Amino acid sequence: MQLSVWTYEGPPHIGAMRIATAMRDVHYVLHAPQGDTYADLLFTMIERRDRRPPVTYTTFQARDLGGDTADLLQSAARAAYERFQPQAMLVGASCTAELIQDDPGGLALALRLPIPVIPLELPAYQRKENWGASETFYRIVRALAAPSADGSPRREREAGARPVCNLLGPTALGFRHRDDLAEVTRQVVELGIEINVVAPWNATPSDLARLPQADFNIVLYPEIALTAAQWLHRQFGQPFTRTIPIGVGATRDFIAEVASLAGVDAEPVLSRTESRLPWYSRSVDSTYLTGKRVFIFGDATHAVAAARVATQELGFEVVGLGTYAREFAREIREAAAIYGVEPLITDDYLEVEARVSELRPELVLGTQMERHIAKRLGIPCAVISAPCHVQDFPARYSPQMGFEGANVLFDTWVHPLMMGLEEHLLGMFREDHEFGDHAPSHLGAAPAAPPQQPQLRVVETTVTSTELAWASDAERELTKIPFFVRGKARRNTERFARERNVNLITLETLYDAKAHFGR
Amino acid sequence: MSLSAQACTVTSSTSPDGVLRERGQREVFCGLTGIVWLHRKIQDAFFLVVGSRTCAHLIQSAAGVMIFAEPRFATAIMEERDLAGLVDANDELDRIVAQLLARRPDIKLLFLVGSCPSEVIKLDLSRAALRLSQRFSPGVRVLNYSGSGIETTFTQGEDACLASLVPVLPQADRAARPSLLVVGALADVVEDQFKRTFAALGIDQVSFLPPRRSSELPAIGPETRVLLAQPFLGDTARALEERGCRRIAAPFPLGGEGTALWLAAAAEAFGVSRAHVERTLAPLKARAEKALARYRAQLAGKRVFLFPDSQIEIPLARFLAREIGMELVEVGTPYLHRDHLAAELAMLPDGTQLSEGQDVERQLDRCREARPDLVVCGLGLANPLEAEGLTTKWSIELIFTPIQGFEQAGDLAELFARPLLRQTRLAV
Repeated sequence: MQLSVWTYEGPPHIGAMRIATAMRDVHYVLHAPQGDTYADLLFTMIERRDRRPPVTYTTFQARDLGGDTADLLQSAARAAYERFQPQAMLVGASCTAELIQDDPGGLALALRLPIPVIPLELPAYQRKENWGASETFYRIVRALAAPSADGSPRREREAGARPVCNLLGPTALGFRHRDDLAEVTRQVVELGIEINVVAPWNATPSDLARLPQADFNIVLYPEIALTAAQWLHRQFGQPFTRTIPIGVGATRDFIAEVASLAGVDAEPVLSRTESRLPWYSRSVDSTYLTGKRVFIFGDATHAVAAARVATQELGFEVVGLGTYAREFAREIREAAAIYGVEPLITDDYLEVEARVSELRPELVLGTQMERHIAKRLGIPCAVISAPCHVQDFPARYSPQMGFEGANVLFDTWVHPLMMGLEEHLLGMFREDHEFGDHAPSHLGAAPAAPPQQPQLRVVETTVTSTELAWASDAERELTKIPFFVRGKARRNTERFARERNVNLITLETLYDAKAHFGR
Repeated sequence: MSLSAQACTVTSSTSPDGVLRERGQREVFCGLTGIVWLHRKIQDAFFLVVGSRTCAHLIQSAAGVMIFAEPRFATAIMEERDLAGLVDANDELDRIVAQLLARRPDIKLLFLVGSCPSEVIKLDLSRAALRLSQRFSPGVRVLNYSGSGIETTFTQGEDACLASLVPVLPQADRAARPSLLVVGALADVVEDQFKRTFAALGIDQVSFLPPRRSSELPAIGPETRVLLAQPFLGDTARALEERGCRRIAAPFPLGGEGTALWLAAAAEAFGVSRAHVERTLAPLKARAEKALARYRAQLAGKRVFLFPDSQIEIPLARFLAREIGMELVEVGTPYLHRDHLAAELAMLPDGTQLSEGQDVERQLDRCREARPDLVVCGLGLANPLEAEGLTTKWSIELIFTPIQGFEQAGDLAELFARPLLRQTRLAV
């Protein structure tokens, strides 16, 4: 058992729903107890979809368990086919139905419906949402992608014909998938490449049958589409992209990679880089961003990409990097090694909170969970990854990918920070009563009182260990430092004192430490 | 056999009492959802769901936005090895509880909440609660109830929670004066208003279940009169009656009329004179009527369709029909408790179409066919229906908002007026 307050990912059948809901003319019959229909609101409320997810739940109750839940599944599948007339049907179980072992896939196949029926085995007690989405997409692709009529694995492109690709990965309830897709599509079209199929977003089962007709695949979200792309590679010899176009540098790398797979010249597109990020980042106003300490947490793809943008394109310093997705722990470990930080691989929200609290970064880039952690600790934050909430499905065009995505990243990561001169004024005139720790600020609410857990209390204690004490004038001086860097100043000073066996921290120690560590 | 001939094994029948009973897909929450309000109501209680990742995901999704304060609920998520018997699930549970209580020394009452998976694998949480109570006594009391979807629908979770508290309520003195126990979680402000009104009526021995703190568990006995504040408390009422308490039959305190009848029923049970009741309640009722008048003007004659959700639908329909003048197209309820709702059913307009249970697709068909002015439904259905051109009111707000009592009657009506008002304002 695992004690969980908040969970980063839902169970794997939620991942399957994300695929089914993204597609058209697919229906998912889910063997599940009453109550599991809550999942509909993820799509209708959080993502504001105007249609119900194409899911029929058997919603069995205790009184059904003694009887025939198998019959319930069959009648639900039959009724769903009659009512919705889908081109293909997914059939699976949620966590409870997995325990009663009805074999929903087998039962649905036995109905001999005149459409493909795709059984899903998604072990709810081992796996989670992203894996469920990936597995579901792979199963659908495997079931529906058809070799060409003459039996050859892939259509040979005529000489002079335009190269053709598929875009794989965008789902329902994905972080900015809608806008990323538009941005990447524009980029690909500019390269003179034709798009054959986008999937699962808005794809029908008959669209998926055409997947093998492309020359290569673009994988936007490896968490969702890597497994399917690998299978398409083995089966139809379609190569696929590895670069995720988040940030200016990565977008340029992505364009080069796509161009090389397509056999076209990337130079015309690369020579007119459109992002404003490079100039905004070089303009003098941005110098105050230099070395800002940033903590990054999310799915592996977005976290790794954010670390590159943060360091190379904004001049931040990455002080922490992690993911909740154990399936992609390797990618995070490799990236963490580059930035010289300890990787944090956990799906325990409390562990992430403890790490943020300990590192005291100046900016948190994370998920909806980290947004809450940061709010509690009074640290600016921007959301870079799922899981996200209703405000992360904005009305405006707001991609993360491509050159426009880089503009969005600049704005959304920099706006939560205090402006350079504002920060200076706060530092210079500490006694101004309106600059108090809880004075109004454009950062929104003042930081909440430190959380009550004992392990988080270290931040504000005066005496941190028996052999280390603060002289009262040094303690007073510390309060003249703005609250958002005070924790760091205190920690550095204490470390400095301990390393030198100084037991009483005086004004002198404070300034010696300041000289030693710099800003 | 053709597919269409087989397609309808879902059952649907209209019984002699005119109630449409359906069995099909039920688009409702499970009882775990009650934790979302109960964990804030009882300030030193913690709710530990013993379940799956789905359970944890449900509660955080139902909570809508994450709560700024650290929640007093969590899930002990069962994993493969808990099911495979590699570890004893009971040992694991004990370990988790110890970890939790070490983290939250402020917790005095811990509910172990059963879920669909814990019930299917027959994990005995009542024995676990007993064992853990002994281990952590006297600092922490451990109780258990089921919030599983196979046993409970939405607000039945609160019923199960309160029923689990009944056996541990202290026994009132034999010589105790008659006392009033108001049952069902209410907003703090509503409780305080009711307390003042009961005092004005001359009833001063009043307590509430659930209490705000676990140290304030009310004593009960044969001299205790129970007044239900919510219509979904069948098991709790039964458990209280088994301990000798007597239930006061009454409609529920929604709207001016409902609140007056509810308070008057209590007053009658305590022998308060009719004249004093009339004198005390008349000005309060008049104020509620004044607040309602504005919304009556906006809502009278509008047709409303209620999907089943919280069991509050029937008292709500009575209020909408009698005090606001709305026309009831269909009133759905997940479960119809005839005994507790007797007074409410008697007050509904003749021929009101009630439905119990659900086949959501068929009910949606009926709703589209009827084209009501307002649809009261859950969060999964609201936006899709809006996109079809229907106007909706999410039902969960009726559980999360103070709506009971005289002073809230206007607020309750406003919840229904707002979606319609919005339609008239928007020009996009």
